[in-house]
This record gives sequence, structure tokens and C-alpha cells, in this order.
Amino acid sequence: MAIRERLSGNEAVAYAIKQVNPDVMPAFPITPSTEIPQYVANYIANGEIDTEFIHVESEHSAMSATIGASAAGARAITATSSCGMALMWEELYVAASNRLPIVLALVNRALSGPININADHSDSMGARDTGWIQIYAESNQEVYDNFIQAFPIAEDRRVHLPVMVCQDGFITSHGVENILLVEDDKVKGFVGEYQPEHYLLHPEEKMALGPYAVSNYYMETKRAQRQAMIQAREVILETAARFEEMTGRKYGFFEEYCMEDAEYAVVIIGSAAGTCKAAIDEIRNTTGAKVGLIKIRVFRPFPEEEIAKALSGVKAVAIMDRSEMFSATSGPLGAEVRAALYQAHSSVEAVNYFYGLGGRDITVSDFKTVYGNLETIAQTHVVTGMYEYIGLRSEQSKEV
Amino acid sequence: MEQTAYNFKEVMSKPERLAPGHRMCAGCGGTITVRTVLRALEEGDKAVIGNATGCLEVSSFMYPYTAYEDSYIHNAFENAGATLSGVETAYRVLKKRGKIKDNFKFITFGGDGGTYDIGFQSLSGAMERGHDMVYVCYDNGAYMNTGTQRSSATPQYADTTTTPAGKVSAGKVQVRKDLAAIIAEHHVPYVGQSTFTSNFKDLYTKAQKAIYTPGAAFLNVLSPCPRGWGYEPSEMMNICKMAMETCYWPLFEVVEGKWILNYEPKNKMPIEEFLKPQRRFRHLFKKENEELIGKFQEEIDRRWEELRNKCN
Repeated sequence: MAIRERLSGNEAVAYAIKQVNPDVMPAFPITPSTEIPQYVANYIANGEIDTEFIHVESEHSAMSATIGASAAGARAITATSSCGMALMWEELYVAASNRLPIVLALVNRALSGPININADHSDSMGARDTGWIQIYAESNQEVYDNFIQAFPIAEDRRVHLPVMVCQDGFITSHGVENILLVEDDKVKGFVGEYQPEHYLLHPEEKMALGPYAVSNYYMETKRAQRQAMIQAREVILETAARFEEMTGRKYGFFEEYCMEDAEYAVVIIGSAAGTCKAAIDEIRNTTGAKVGLIKIRVFRPFPEEEIAKALSGVKAVAIMDRSEMFSATSGPLGAEVRAALYQAHSSVEAVNYFYGLGGRDITVSDFKTVYGNLETIAQTHVVTGMYEYIGLRSEQSKEV
Repeated sequence: MEQTAYNFKEVMSKPERLAPGHRMCAGCGGTITVRTVLRALEEGDKAVIGNATGCLEVSSFMYPYTAYEDSYIHNAFENAGATLSGVETAYRVLKKRGKIKDNFKFITFGGDGGTYDIGFQSLSGAMERGHDMVYVCYDNGAYMNTGTQRSSATPQYADTTTTPAGKVSAGKVQVRKDLAAIIAEHHVPYVGQSTFTSNFKDLYTKAQKAIYTPGAAFLNVLSPCPRGWGYEPSEMMNICKMAMETCYWPLFEVVEGKWILNYEPKNKMPIEEFLKPQRRFRHLFKKENEELIGKFQEEIDRRWEELRNKCN
């Protein structure tokens, strides 16, 4: 029987770490992910797990040591947020290109400046091109489930890529919710014993990692990473199917909420999806407008065809970004979804909104406004402005 | 580990763990440091070699060829300390969990740029945490891989490509950082400073101690660079000798906190003997720069006294 608990997102991830009992965890404190290494250190201090914790002196060293441990043949993980991941930047690429199945618990927080400790996706969205698989969660339950699934995905020989398991800072990481935990033995069975193929400490073979590769070789390594990302698609779905067998909880590349007959859709990532669902329920119960939601779970690899298909029946879609990319045209999710629609020769009207930067709240009434706008757009076929803000105080909240 | 009498012929006939065919320059001091340190490994012992980005890395592991007989990891420029600390921790936990049986030693190499400067924090962290590893700095006193730019290991007045001697400049303004002393202040069990002398006995025995002392160890090895310093490769041993005889590069160890001076010249030579054969100091011998040599000498004398006091 599943274990009923009340945990915060950070506690849930730490609990999953306890159940997996990884070999090595280097980590450095940063709000709001600090609790994860704290809980793990407590498990170790009380003999509940025998993971080796490395008290590194920075996040750059956290990822460097994680890479060293993983290359040596250990199951290695770390946790961070925001500027911590920015400091790891160079190492994120090294981890992915060395094809190391590292799992990173990322608690999404805005990047400086100004310094801000609250949720947005600027950290992970900035790292979207580093070669990591990215899996996002709406709730504590999802981040726990995603974290457990991350190991078999990363370690599958068709993939061999690091996985970033993302949750929204404070909203998810510190919000306590009811959660169903999987029994220890089931988690251990699901994740399995880590059996690397090639590693530095291999008894029979030696390995050299991190070469200087000139133009004759570099491009092929990138192509191989792309292939792994392509193959990750099937592995992510297989792992989700196996997880569903174990828990009854269903996961895919994204969740569709009320999309069967939806005419107006929102595409969103993370905790704000919960608020959006509340708005959908309210709208459907009052005006009866056919509104729905696509909540992205897997952003890397990007499920382009699947999203285009899921949006094929709608009249208008609002793509909601919780981070800027300063292209002066759209946000990262906006760009990807629009590209997907274009490739699918879709004629759906699409509008891109920014919301929740630096932890700014988004409410049910904000989503009702968004759906109202979508109805107007569907009627007029006029999308005003390339992108718009929700909840911005100044006059700039109008069109830009 | 038992220290046996040093037999040059025997040591030199040990199998090479850095295979020939790498692309390091003729007469490169860094390569000699690596070969000598790796020779200090017992023949049956396995090792993982780490490496900061630099001349050594790009010349010894150019895909698809590696010059290393052991497992090897290069990660980036500034994180050789952290990377190897991850490898060493993995070793301890996998051993604890019965997943591996072999004994491994952990040695990482970095140039002075990757060690004194950009990798300083990562090195300090690894030393403070006390990983059972050796960090070896092959100190050639500048960023040689990118073409002789000044580092914090560059001696004062050296002419480098970012501190060029010119009409109104006499080379690098600042004196060099004393990294071996800084690492000794981390209270690690073993720190050694060495260079090439006495048939490599000093470096070889310090490498043995560093590798086989449990815990974190640091070796700082003056490793001349013929291209960056501007001398004939055949002059290298003499330059190393003059570095010692002038007390520019004293040989010392810090063992469990105890400072030990390994060599005290009978007649301390004037610093000119070290400076003169090197193109990077050529400008100091111009008439108008005479007093700079005096200042260089003063700094040497001051530091030498400081070191002797520590060693008493």
C-alpha cells in the first residue's frame, strides 16, 4: 500500500533520494533548494542511508564533483536553484556531452538581477540548450514521481543523458501537500541497481574522459547527443508506463486537462497549471466555454508533434512563459510551441503571455482574462502585440 | 610506506605511465613533472589521473588518442580539484558498498593558471575536505597554453604577453603568490615544493610521500617552459639548479604541519644567475633597470628568511 503523507516538494525529493540511496551527492546551499541537501545530510547523520555527501565550496564544484563521481561509476546526484545553476553552466554542458546519467533536483527560482529568491523558470529555461532532459512538475506528488522516474530514464543505454527534475521554488518546494509515497522496496526495484557500462574505476578496462576534440570529431559528438535526446522520447514514455503499473499514476510528455472538446487552450509549465485548472472548472461550470489546458511535463526533449496534435482542434491558444529570453518576440515556451504549430501547418491563433516572473502571483481571475482574450482573438483573428504581460503593474502591461 | 634508497637507474626503468607520442613541446618541464610523479606509483597500483585544461590536457588527450596508461578525466580549466574529489568519493563509496575491489590512487595535474588562479577555489575546497588525493601543480609561471599570459604564479618583472616589458613597463608589477604555503595553511597532511634536481630524487620521493600519505596532498613543482621563459631546452636543468641555488625556488615540505627545508645552499647565489638565461627577464639587465634586480633580490631574501624561520 502506498504511504499517505504530508510533505513539501523539497521533503518529497529528499524522501525519494532516501529511497534511492544514491552513491554520491555533492551539494551547495542556495534558497530555495537548500532543504534538499539538509534533509539528505540528516538521513546520513542518522544512518538511514549511506550516500557519501560532498560539502563542496560552490555550485560549480558541486556539478564538477558530481561529474567526477558519475564518471567514476557512481550514481551521483545534486540539487540547486537559480544562480547556483548559473554557476554550474559550463558543467551542465560537460555532464551532457560526457553522457553522464546525473540527476539534478532543480528548484526553479528567478535569476539575478535584481536578486530575487522566488519562482520563475529563468534558470532552467536558460539551460534548455545544455543537452539535459528537463522534466517539470505541477505538484509535490509530481516532483516526487518525476524524481524516481529520472534515474531509469537517465541511465537507459539508449539515453545516457543527465536529467533535470524541476519544481517551482517555494510554491512547490515549500508548500506542504498531501502526497502518496511509494514503498521503499518498490522504489528500489523500480530504479534498480546502477550498473554502468564504462567507468573510470572499472576493474577490467581503463577509460579516458574529456578529450580535446578538433573539428574532425566535435560535430559527431553533438549529433550523438541529439540521437540520445530523440531516443529519450520512447524511454520517457516506457518509464512512465512502468511507473503507472506500479502506482496507477499516469504520466506522459504533457498533461491534457479538458482538452477533448477544448476550443481555447492554455499551454503552461509548473505549479501555475493548478490555478489554471481551477479557472477552467469555474469557466466550464458558469459560461460553459470550452476551455482546456496543456501542462508541459517534458520540455527537453520537446514533444513538438504531440503538442501540435493536441492543439489541432482549438481555435486559439495562449502560451504562458514564466521566464524571459529577451528575443523581443516571445518567451522560450512560446517560441517552441509556435514552431510546432507552424511545422504542423496549423492555423490556430497563438498568443504568448509572460507571467509570474520573480514569483509574482497569478490568479484564477488572471486565467479567466486569458481565456476571455482567446475568445476575442478567435473571433477577430487579431493578435495584438507579439507578447503580453500578466500582472505587470505599469502601463507596459498593455501591449508592447 | 617504506622509503627505500633512491636508485636512479631503477626508477627510470619503471614502465612509463605517460606514453610517448603526446604533443607536448620538446623540453617541456610539465611533461617531466608528470612522468616523474606517475613513476612514483607502485607498479601494481591502479590510478585515476585528473587534469585541468591546459597545455598538458590538449596535448596528451587529443581525441581519439590518450597518452595515459591509467584511467583519466579532464573536466574543465577551474575544477580539477572538485572533479577528482568526486572521483575519489565515488571510489570510497563503491568500495564501502562492495562494488569494487581494486585499490586506486588519485592524482590530478594542473598548470599554475588552473591552480593558483582559476582553479584556486576548487583546489582549496578539495584540500579542506581532505580527499585522499594528490594535486600536482606544474608551475611554469604563466598561462602557457594560450601563449604566456601573466598568472599569479608569474614572478615579478617577468615579460609576458599581458605584462609586456615596454617603454614605461618593466613587466609584471606584483610578486608571485606563495601557493604551497597557502595550501599548507589548510593543514593537510602533506605539502611539498620541488623541481628537477639530484637525478629527480627530490621530486620522486616527494611524489611517493604525497601519493602514499593518506589524505589530501599538494605538490608544487617548478616546471620550466622553454617557449614561455625563453631559453634553450638544453639549459633546463641548469635553470632549475639556479632556481634552488638563488633561493628563488626553495625545496621544502610541510609534513603534518611541520615545515622542513630540504635544501640550503652553502653559498646563496645572486638572483641574476636565475634571471640571466631567460628571455622574459632580459629587460632587467638594461642599465635603467638595475635597481629592479635589487628589488627582486630583496624579495627573495625576505621570503627565504621567512621560510627558514618556519622551518626552525
